[in-house]
Amino acid sequence: MKEIVIISGKGGTGKTSITAAFSVLGGQDVVVADCDVDAADMHLLMQPDFDFSEDFYSGETAYIDQSNCIRCGKCAEVCRFGAIQDKNKLFIVDPLSCEGCGYCARICPTNTIVNKERLAGKWFISNIKTGSIMVHARLGIGADNSGKLVAKVKDEAKEIALEERKDFILVDGSPGVGCPVVSSLSGANFVVLVTEPSVSGLHDLKRVYELVKKFNIKAGCIINKADINPVKCAEIKLFLEEEDILHLTDLPYDENFTNAMTEGLTIVEFDHGLLKALLTDSWEKIKQVVSSKK
Amino acid sequence: MKIAFTSTGTTWDSMIDPRFGRTEYIVIYDEESQELSVVDNSAVKNEAHGAGTVTSQRIFDLKPDVLITGNGPGENAATALKHIKMKILVNAHEMTLRQAYDHYRNGELKEK
Amino acid sequence: MTNRKPLKIAIASGKGGTGKTTLSTNLAAFIADQEEVALVDLDVEEPNSGLFFNGELFHEEENLKMIPKWNESKCTLCGICQKVCNFHAVIQLGPSIIVFPELCHSCYACSELCPVDALPMVSKKIGVLRDFKLNKLHFVESRLDIGEEQAVSTISKTKKYAEKNYGNAHITLFDSPPGTSCPVMEATKDADFVMLVTEPTPFGLHDLSLAVETMRALKKPFGVVVNRDGIGNNAVVEYCEKENIHLMARIPNSRKIAELYSSGKLIYREIPAVKMALQGILDYCLETVEGERK
Repeated sequence: MKEIVIISGKGGTGKTSITAAFSVLGGQDVVVADCDVDAADMHLLMQPDFDFSEDFYSGETAYIDQSNCIRCGKCAEVCRFGAIQDKNKLFIVDPLSCEGCGYCARICPTNTIVNKERLAGKWFISNIKTGSIMVHARLGIGADNSGKLVAKVKDEAKEIALEERKDFILVDGSPGVGCPVVSSLSGANFVVLVTEPSVSGLHDLKRVYELVKKFNIKAGCIINKADINPVKCAEIKLFLEEEDILHLTDLPYDENFTNAMTEGLTIVEFDHGLLKALLTDSWEKIKQVVSSKK
Repeated sequence: MKIAFTSTGTTWDSMIDPRFGRTEYIVIYDEESQELSVVDNSAVKNEAHGAGTVTSQRIFDLKPDVLITGNGPGENAATALKHIKMKILVNAHEMTLRQAYDHYRNGELKEK
Repeated sequence: MTNRKPLKIAIASGKGGTGKTTLSTNLAAFIADQEEVALVDLDVEEPNSGLFFNGELFHEEENLKMIPKWNESKCTLCGICQKVCNFHAVIQLGPSIIVFPELCHSCYACSELCPVDALPMVSKKIGVLRDFKLNKLHFVESRLDIGEEQAVSTISKTKKYAEKNYGNAHITLFDSPPGTSCPVMEATKDADFVMLVTEPTPFGLHDLSLAVETMRALKKPFGVVVNRDGIGNNAVVEYCEKENIHLMARIPNSRKIAELYSSGKLIYREIPAVKMALQGILDYCLETVEGERK
């Protein structure tokens, strides 16, 4: 079983559309994990049935039992996040500001403050239209996007892949360069970097590749909208060469990306021309690389 | 020598867990007594952040001479592990513990 | 624009890559053609706005956070610090206490609860704040160092810097991070008005609805800008009508815009329709906020 993670650093490069296309190409052999939990969109293309769902808790929030509170105000004094405010002699926790450090609970003289687990969102196991299974999640508003939810989604996908003897796990990775991406990358066999030839595309590609390097993971790159800026595109290719990143393919700027999405379809179901051919070829290349023993 | 593995299971036939911080189990092989012992690390799932430092601390308490793992520890874990006199070998994912151990004996694993 | 009360506008989007940065930079430059304006890039993990300006670096400072520093000679190895840290940022390995600055939330619990004062708090660099000037445009950005996770505190400090130095400018624009998690809340919470940028696609609609929920939870006045109008379908427009959300502008989809963006050029200077859209957006923001203030 191989784990392939697709990331982009910058948003809007077509990462999710490409992941969805690969999961259709992989069909029954692929378990899908949508780890882009902050903006989980992939389900819109995969017709999931939300077969199983469960609440997800992450981090903690302080909770004050007002009936035992002696209003000494020590909690508000030690809180560095301004999360406890004195409202007419009632000390109230603002859950959005509370970071769950637990300092207030530790110094409360009457032990009236406890840290409670914070409901962060929900996660799901769904049967999808490819005949396979997808694990996905939805983060609550203002929740902390930690590595924990990403790890949970990946773990569940892995378990299913092992049980059902699937060959691949395809992970739609998190954006940015923080903890959730680290968690998306951890344990991967291969990383696909999706970028676009723009000033910010190249900039974010370099930043996120720093992380990939730390984890010793072999990487490949897809340049989307490659024809939109030939100069930047050449710069990206030079970077790929320098860093020994496999250049998987160039995709042209094509409105079929959006047209497919609007129909609720992946690109390879919608477009039977060049885009489909290029993506099929990329998917075959990826399979070949991850399956060959080094 | 005591060899520690990050592992997805509890036997020689278990696969190496490529993750360090969030590894399911830590399996220790004591070459002298030829015994395999297991530490359950699955509680680390409950940690939102800092899984790497928690696991490092567990490894520290076990005092192995060699650690065999997959992708290798992340930044924080690597800092913690510097405080332990221990060789860290990586890229053993996709191997069972037995295969990884054989590779190690033959000097075929990469040092971090 | 008779009333000169300062106005803070946040530009946000549920999903990355919808054109949030394009809109912020163009709006800022457009306003700067007439008057002083501050643009503050709060997407501290991936600040990109700066790539569009060749301003003169006016001021640079380190972003700091407070972390505990172990004083070996005072320490009795009692282990309290490790016990009180909810983030595993302080651990005891045999005879050493190790601090992990990236994991530390600066709650001070370990430092203040240490019975022998062996963990005094010291400052550590976690990134850089830069302030650029280009004629009437002030551009402030903060960039987190890779691996640093304290986006929220950096966002809060960057806002304070802008407030202190450019609080007198009539308009301040905040380019917010994507998503709906804590950093977005921090970036938008003290704005007078939030502009949500989306695309007329199923992904755009899905993420917009999450962003709308967030803004309603924060009780913020907001409006929507549809970018790349003409692609996809009419569902975003219908959603806005149904939810009684004002559609401030529709920026047409064109390859020309994509090309201008990819080479880091300002769009409104080349395309009159975009300039008109910006004026419309600005007028609506001003009107709404005036209305709210009455």
